[in-house]
Formats: sequence, structure tokens, C-alpha cells
Amino acid sequence: MKVTGLTPIPNVLRPQGNFVVPPALAAEIDEVITHYPVKRSASLMLLHAMQEHFGWISQEAVEWIARKLELPPINIYELLTFYPMFRLQPAGKYQIKVCRTLSCALAGSQKLHEHFCTRLGLDPHQHEIQTTPDGRFSVEFVECLAGCGGAPVVMCNDEFHENVNPAKADAMMTKRE
Amino acid sequence: MPQEFKLILKHADEPGYTPDIECYLRHGGYDALKKALALRSLDLPDGRKKSPQEQLRDDVKQAGLRGRGGAGFSCGLKWSFVDRKSGKPIYLICNADESEPGTFKDRQIIHKDPHQLIEGMIISCFANDVQLAYIYIRGEMPQGAKLLNRALQEARAKGFLGKNILGSGYNLEIHVHRGAGAYICGEETGLIESLEGKRAYPRIKPPYFPAVLGLYMCPTIVNNVETLCHVKHIVAMGAAEYAKLGTPNNTGTRIVSLSGHVQRPGYYEIEVGKVTLGELINDPNFGGGLREGRKLKAIIPGGSSSKVLKAGEKFKLKRKVDGKDVEQEVDLLDLPYDFDSLLQAGTMSGSSAIIVMDDSTDIVEVLANISKFYAHESCGQCTPCREGSLWMSKALHRLTHGQGRAEDADYLVKIANNIPGGRTICAFGEACSWPVQSFVAKFKDEFVAKGAADEEGRAKGKVEPKAAPAERKESATVA
Repeated sequence: MKVTGLTPIPNVLRPQGNFVVPPALAAEIDEVITHYPVKRSASLMLLHAMQEHFGWISQEAVEWIARKLELPPINIYELLTFYPMFRLQPAGKYQIKVCRTLSCALAGSQKLHEHFCTRLGLDPHQHEIQTTPDGRFSVEFVECLAGCGGAPVVMCNDEFHENVNPAKADAMMTKRE
Repeated sequence: MPQEFKLILKHADEPGYTPDIECYLRHGGYDALKKALALRSLDLPDGRKKSPQEQLRDDVKQAGLRGRGGAGFSCGLKWSFVDRKSGKPIYLICNADESEPGTFKDRQIIHKDPHQLIEGMIISCFANDVQLAYIYIRGEMPQGAKLLNRALQEARAKGFLGKNILGSGYNLEIHVHRGAGAYICGEETGLIESLEGKRAYPRIKPPYFPAVLGLYMCPTIVNNVETLCHVKHIVAMGAAEYAKLGTPNNTGTRIVSLSGHVQRPGYYEIEVGKVTLGELINDPNFGGGLREGRKLKAIIPGGSSSKVLKAGEKFKLKRKVDGKDVEQEVDLLDLPYDFDSLLQAGTMSGSSAIIVMDDSTDIVEVLANISKFYAHESCGQCTPCREGSLWMSKALHRLTHGQGRAEDADYLVKIANNIPGGRTICAFGEACSWPVQSFVAKFKDEFVAKGAADEEGRAKGKVEPKAAPAERKESATVA
């Protein structure tokens, strides 16, 4: 029997033309692998290292990590579709994460998210990540950032900001424009 | 007047206190570790010898330490379950995946006093013959991970970590492992899977009790950050002295994360059970009361998965008065903030995160916000949880977008009742159901009224009957 009408599942991974792992990153990765008695354990840490270096995770990065850890690429790919922090395409230079969860919501995080989006010309109703056309800023709603006493909280790249009001938000953006 | 009691956070907020090892050593840092490593075997009356490790484990049991992560399970008992005869290595993992909404206490320890955690970990590892341990820190705390890595390096340089620690012959290595944004990694078996480099799918118990079949199928201990810090203080003070803190069966101190509609949100360390819920919210030493002109509506007492408590509720608590068991009626605000009283009130102190809501709060919006979180975070392994959490979130999305029905309240409870109770691998099933069950039970009129108003609006033709707006357009406006 001939099966018809099946379309292949699209590959969500994107190619990265100039993918080269510099020696410093390779050395960092080799060191991290020694932390574990089983190589596969290092996969999340390697993905973090790649994302910190390149800003996102490409098809080549997935294959490189899989080879490094002697795993089939699916074992790396399945992590990317499970853990929300990994990006499958480049995001903005400054990535703004606004906490959406209860304590921040009670302190006005919905309006804060709208404020960021409006000021940057992004859709205030879209919760998922959006990036400005110039690639400078990304804004997204994320779940609880464990800073509820200083709600609403925002992360800008690795920096953690508490009690963010519109004025503070404006200052954050102005500083980086 | 109720006061804070700072044990874990004794120095953290002092002016000039820094997270480096020199500062920690100036404040008596690593003295408890030296004390633990200097213990000698005791000769028991029956001729048997009690090793230093056994003495330390007994101390933790006698101190009555209960886990600060959420379940409040006895730490000593947890350690006693560890299979020490398998011949396999024993691992210890510090659960620093702090992600229960409302909770931000471990962040304070990691950022302000990382060496306290490391000292507590080294002692706990020594007590359990662990030679390799990990700190699993959530991905959203990159600064915390850096601080911990620096602190571990400092500890290594001073001989507190590595081979032959302080000349004792004991070897231990600790590494930091970062998560990547999944709430389910806080569940201990999910955390173990994640540390093995896989999706954080919780494992079924039995047979996968971490104490027997944990990391790499070896015996494994998973303890919360704050719990491990307490081990240091048990060794420093002695178990008997430590057990005098707090109240019987609820010993020691706890860091309470207070957020929501109070004047002074923040973290407050208290002796367990020595301060009431009302004092935590209203006392000037703590929350300082509600916002001007507002009245209390509801309290989430132990992280967003704990069952909500309604202002004015009364509970029957079993208490010991002059050695006799008596039943007393206690108002919500007079509940002592401890493990057992909140269990008796039908909820839990969980991760000791209190979220306060005043009378300006739209309860339906609050539950919609919580349910969206759980729908987002369900790992997807078990059908009742994966589908149920999403159905509940969708129904609440409808209710908060003018598309509700009066019967949605009952519909929500029907779904919630079919998720937990052994139908799922892990307790996430409970975590996503309890808020729905308790919010609808205690505030049913608000859910019904909202649904009925939507129906009426549609009947009058004010609102065109149409599908609810797309999920991604959901507004989570609360208050």
C-alpha cells in the first residue's frame, strides 16, 4: 500500500554558514565535560556555552555538540524543544525578559511588558519573543524569575532588575540604544 | 512583638558583608566543617563503634530538620533511606532550581552568602560519604552560577574542597550545573534526568527512589539550598540547641518570601511557628500591612501550588495545651506559620512563599495567571497533566476574555479532580490542580458570576459568539 499525503516534519534548526568553534570555547567545553562521569550530562552546559558565544543554537552547533558527546543529534535536538531558554535563531543584542507570573502580574507586569513593546515598536499583545528590526532589542514574557519580593522584575541579558517601573524601563532602553 | 530571627541570613544583609571567602572566614566560616572533620568514632555500650558520619546523620535527625524546598520531609529520614550497601558511589545534589512562583529565598543565600551553602554541602557530603556533588541552579540565575563557581574555586584554593580536605583524607568535588528554564527540574527525579543531560521527565516511584536509584542509577540525595545551610548550623550549634529553635516538630528557622499586596514585600527569616500568618502580613517588622484603604481577600501561603486561603476562614487545629490534646478554632491570621498548622488548615507551607491579595484583586484573573504557568510548565509525559493543565488554562482564558459560561466553574473542578491522586508520575498533577480546586471552592460565586455575565452579554447580542481569542493574545492583567 502506498502511503500518500504525508509531509516531512520541517526541521526547525537553521544553518549557520560560518560556524567555527574558537580554541578558547573548545577548551572551556573540554573542561566542563570533565565535571561528569557520563559525557551526556554535559549537554545542557555545552548548549549554554554555545549560546553564550554565538547568541543562538544552529544546526551545526547541535551536530558539533552531538559529536563531542558521542550522541545522536536527536539527543541534543530534543533538549532544544524542551528547555525554553535556548534560542533556535538569533535574538536581539539586549534581551529583555519580563516576568509574567502572579506576584509580578499583581504588581503590573502586563503594563510593563506593553510599555517595553510600545516603546520599541513591537506588538504589545505578543507574549513570545520579538526582536526589533535593527536587532538591538528582544522582548518576551517569561515565567517566574524568583524575584517576587521586588515585583515586577525584568532580566536584561544576565542582569536582574527589581521594582521596574516605566521610568526605570525607559532608562534601561535609553542606556542601550 | 514578633521579631525576625536571623540564623541563615545572620550576616548576609550586614553592611560591608561580601560573598567572598575572606569575609566568610572572618565571620567564623568553615569552622563547622572543621568541627565535623575532627569528629572521632564513638564507642557505644554494645561494643560497636559509631562513625563520625553516623554521628552527623543522627544529629540532623535529632535536630528535626525538615526540607525547606516544598515537601517539608524530614532531612534525617531522607538521608537514612540512602542505600549505603550497594557499592555504588553516592551522589548529593543541591536543588537550587528555585522556581515555585512566589519563592525567592535561595536567591538571597546564593547571591549574598554562597560559602554558607558550600560549607553546608561539604558537611552533608562528608556525612553521607559523597565524593562528587552538584549544585543544580536554574538557568535564569546566571549571576548566581558565576558567584557559586567563584566561591567553589576559592574553597578549593583554601583546601576545603578537592583531595584530602584539611588533611582529613576525605575527597570531595562540587560542580555547578545550570538548568535552562524548565520548572519541572525542581522535581527531584526530573532534576536528576536533567543533570543526566536529558529532558527533565520525572521518574516513576517505585522503583526510582533517588536514595536507591538516582543519578546514573546510583544512590542520590537531593536537598534544597536552605536545607543544606541548616546542616551547617546544626553542626555549629549542636543538634539539641538547634532543636530549641522554632516549635516542636517544626524546628529551626525559615526564610519566608513575602510578595503581593503588602507594604513591605521581601524575605523574612523567622523561627518556624513563632510568628503567625497575620503577623507576617501586618506587623511593621514584616509585611507592614496591606496597601492604604485595602482589605485582605486571599492568601496563597506556600507558593502558587498551595491551596488558597480566604480572608475570614477559620480552622480547627489540634494543639497541646498543658500536655493535653485539645482542638482549638483558629482564625486564618492566627495560624502559626509552620509546616503542621498549615497542613491542618488544608494547605501547606510549601516553599514558604506567601502571596497576599487584597480586595482589589480579580480572583478569576489570578487563577488564570497561575493556570497558564502550569500549562506552560507541564513536562508532557502524563496525559492527565499535559491535557488537563491546558484545558484548565484554556477555560480560564475564556472566562477572562468575555467568552465564559456559568458552568465553567464546575467544569474546571471536574478537570482538576481528574488529574491528581496517582494518575500522574509526579506531584505536578497535584500542583496544577490544587489552585483550581481551592480557588473555585472558595470563590465560586465570582467564577459563576463572570461566566453568567458573559452568557448574558452574548444572549443580548452584545458580543458576537465567536471562538475565544488565540491563546497567545491572552491578557494576564491582574489588579
